[in-house]
Amino acid sequence: MTGYLFILLGAVLVNNVVLVRILGLCPYMGVSKKLETAVGMGAATTFVLTLGCGTSYVIDSWLLMPNQLEYLRTLSFIVTIAAIVQLTELVIQKTSPVLHQVLGIYLPLITTNCAVLGIPLLNIGLRHNLIESMLFGFGSSVGFTLALVLFAGLRERLEGADVPKYFRGTAIAFISGGIMSLAFMGFAGLDKFK
Amino acid sequence: MTLRQLFHFNGGVKPAYNKEPSNALPIMVAPLPAELAIPLHQSVGGIPRPLVQAGEHVRKGQLIGGPDGYVSSSVHASTSGLVKAIEPRLMPHTSGLSALCVVIEPDGKDEWADLAPIPWRSMKPDEVRDALRDSGVVGLGGAVFPSYLKVNPGKQGHLNTLVINGAECEPFITCDDMQMREHAETIIRGAAILRDLTKAEQVLVGIEDNKPEAIAAMQVAVKATGEPRIEIVPVPTRYPAGGAKQLIRVLTGIEVPHGTRSTDYGVQCFNTGTAFAIYEALELGRPLISRIVTVAGNVETARNYEVRFGTPMKDVIALSKAKPDTNRIVMGGPMMGFAMPADTVPVVKATNCILVGSPTLFPPPPPEMPCIRCGECARACPTDLQPFEMYWFSRARIFGKAQEYHLFDCIECGCCAYVCGSNIPLVDYFRFAKSEIWARENEKAAADGARERYEFRLAREEREKAEKAAKLAAKAAETKAKLAAAASADDEQKKALIAAAVARTEAASATRQEGTPGAD
Amino acid sequence: MLTALFVMALGSVILGGALGFAAVKFRVEGDPLVDKIDSILPQTQCGQCGFPGCRPYAEAIAKGEADINCCPPGGEDGIHKLADLLGREFKPLSGEHGIEKPKSTAVIDENTCIGCTLCIQACPVDAIVGAAKQMHTVIAAQCTGCELCLEPCPVNCILMKPIDESVENWKWKYPTFALQARKAA
Repeated sequence: MTGYLFILLGAVLVNNVVLVRILGLCPYMGVSKKLETAVGMGAATTFVLTLGCGTSYVIDSWLLMPNQLEYLRTLSFIVTIAAIVQLTELVIQKTSPVLHQVLGIYLPLITTNCAVLGIPLLNIGLRHNLIESMLFGFGSSVGFTLALVLFAGLRERLEGADVPKYFRGTAIAFISGGIMSLAFMGFAGLDKFK
Repeated sequence: MTLRQLFHFNGGVKPAYNKEPSNALPIMVAPLPAELAIPLHQSVGGIPRPLVQAGEHVRKGQLIGGPDGYVSSSVHASTSGLVKAIEPRLMPHTSGLSALCVVIEPDGKDEWADLAPIPWRSMKPDEVRDALRDSGVVGLGGAVFPSYLKVNPGKQGHLNTLVINGAECEPFITCDDMQMREHAETIIRGAAILRDLTKAEQVLVGIEDNKPEAIAAMQVAVKATGEPRIEIVPVPTRYPAGGAKQLIRVLTGIEVPHGTRSTDYGVQCFNTGTAFAIYEALELGRPLISRIVTVAGNVETARNYEVRFGTPMKDVIALSKAKPDTNRIVMGGPMMGFAMPADTVPVVKATNCILVGSPTLFPPPPPEMPCIRCGECARACPTDLQPFEMYWFSRARIFGKAQEYHLFDCIECGCCAYVCGSNIPLVDYFRFAKSEIWARENEKAAADGARERYEFRLAREEREKAEKAAKLAAKAAETKAKLAAAASADDEQKKALIAAAVARTEAASATRQEGTPGAD
Repeated sequence: MLTALFVMALGSVILGGALGFAAVKFRVEGDPLVDKIDSILPQTQCGQCGFPGCRPYAEAIAKGEADINCCPPGGEDGIHKLADLLGREFKPLSGEHGIEKPKSTAVIDENTCIGCTLCIQACPVDAIVGAAKQMHTVIAAQCTGCELCLEPCPVNCILMKPIDESVENWKWKYPTFALQARKAA
């Protein structure tokens, strides 16, 4: 039980996928201008990643490993993730057209989000079982959402600030993101008692 | 006597009050000026329409501006005289713009129009409200909201508490203080009328405790008039205890939330000056034509005057003799007042004080420095808002977020700007943001209206086209039917001719056959 | 080798089937985004954007055929709002579609009007009142300032008058303070 807690805590805070593992920077920079879109993107990625981790584990342990087809891992994971993302896009377009229009190109780009491919592959490397894989995926996506929401709040504040002219927009955002990353590295050692 | 429990509102400041020396001398009646310019728009709401013309002679108290719309009040002539013109004159407004005024030249006789007390006790509530509206009574605390709209018993049919606001918390202003000292009985009788109109269970008159003479005078008046259920309650002196929601909270403990009215909680608040005006309007039939104005600041004699509306401010200031280094005039107090564009602007219903300024009395503000987020402004805000957040977004023109921080609940009291360590003119930013948001809402409403009319026009064109097509089709069908009928008539005729010809031929052949026997 | 192909093919078939089913089940009709864009546009129906009215322009923006900086009556404000809604970058008003002018309303000079009704037919919001051979007049409160009535008038009797600032529509100015240079102590 504590093992699961540590996996979750580790994925959310200690090894935050965006700020510590530096994966998934594309939506982190691109969708964090407004708080509402950041939350929407986080929710979409959570759904995709959790489901993706589960299906990837199933495909890997039942289809690929028994048939010595490990070399097809990346290919099959990408295909699965692409299908899940497409499904998510259809659901979002139906339920919230504004969110769909605002997320724009970043919604199908979840397919190429390195976090969404990286976490299933990490699961294989860390030799997690099914429950642990899904927990790890869920925790990582919660950490992703957390980083995105914090960053969006920061950027909304920065809009009203007196930023020097050539730092405005993406430049100051990158600097802030780097400082946030430094801050999150302070969580290292939180799971020392593992 | 039982001690009444008082409550506390958060925030507020205690500036130097400077109530002396204007409260040392009794109220003086200001003499009539050479010309009165009475603005038509003196209250919140619709602009009254002028009811007189240039060249007409009017008497004191005659209706010169009729109410226009539901939220609107009326305007009366402040003295008898000749209407010289109805023209735009400079308004006592920061913009420096002009608006329509009725300009009257006094004839010196100062004779009243025919007055009659209003039998409000036997009238229906609607009729009393109309009578008040036609008397031009508005809130004299500074908000100038038409009083007739506030005189209603609320949803439950009666008010729990009627609050009479004699707090007068702003520095320099002493008009309510002096009026309470000199006309306490009239104010109490006015409060009693309000109590009966709103069917209030109790009336609490809140007076700040830095006015002991006023408190004493009002208590004597309550005993002398014998009016029941009216209590004088001294409240602790703290700016802005005179704010309506703040005074309600201190006296009753009720916190009226944003977006709701105090009548939903059984409380209503009127100024003491308004109570006085309501007594005069209903019991004596006199419409609102004058008010008490404090002249203070950089003057030789700070004093309170009874001024007729439309009197130029420079005439009133001259009575107090402004000192030579005067550089500005403020209508209102130092915390919430507005700078006047010139001293020729008229005194209006909202003028509770004319503050004469000089570079020593009101030095120019130091330059604005960046906000250091110290939080003093949030601590000082009497409405529990976060001024630094509203400032951040108003400054960056992000009006959506500014509204999320309850920008429209700000009462513009000036406490935040008073305590700001970086000398940021916070209230100016909030006023800017509020007027921008209003302008945008008006534009959006206009655009929505335009879209509706455009779509109606498209629909109308479609309908006209359809009607035209239908008419043409009907006409075409008619002609076709006519032709068909004519054609069938033709046919009938033809058939008859052919039948006749056939008959003739047959008859002819029959006779021929008879004529030639043994042919075959 | 064969197993690899078989596995991949199987996966593709299953996923393709699921997606096909979802595509039918979650089909979306219409486009509510157009309504949202239309509510931001100023509804002057003037045609300066190159489209015959505000709704066609909104539809073009939603489809991605038109840029967001073509509307002069909406001004810079409108472009900011569209950029916020659609998550696109703000662009300044494109010069080829016109310049942002102060808000005006049309006024008909009654001495010159001949009562031809051509302006009434041109006004997209029916803000002109009149009939054939009768005096025409513009209802100022309903005029959007689109200037479509100026062209058809054969006697050029319509003028655009900017709306004056009055005490009612006056806005507080943005607080500024004068910077003063001081010598270093």
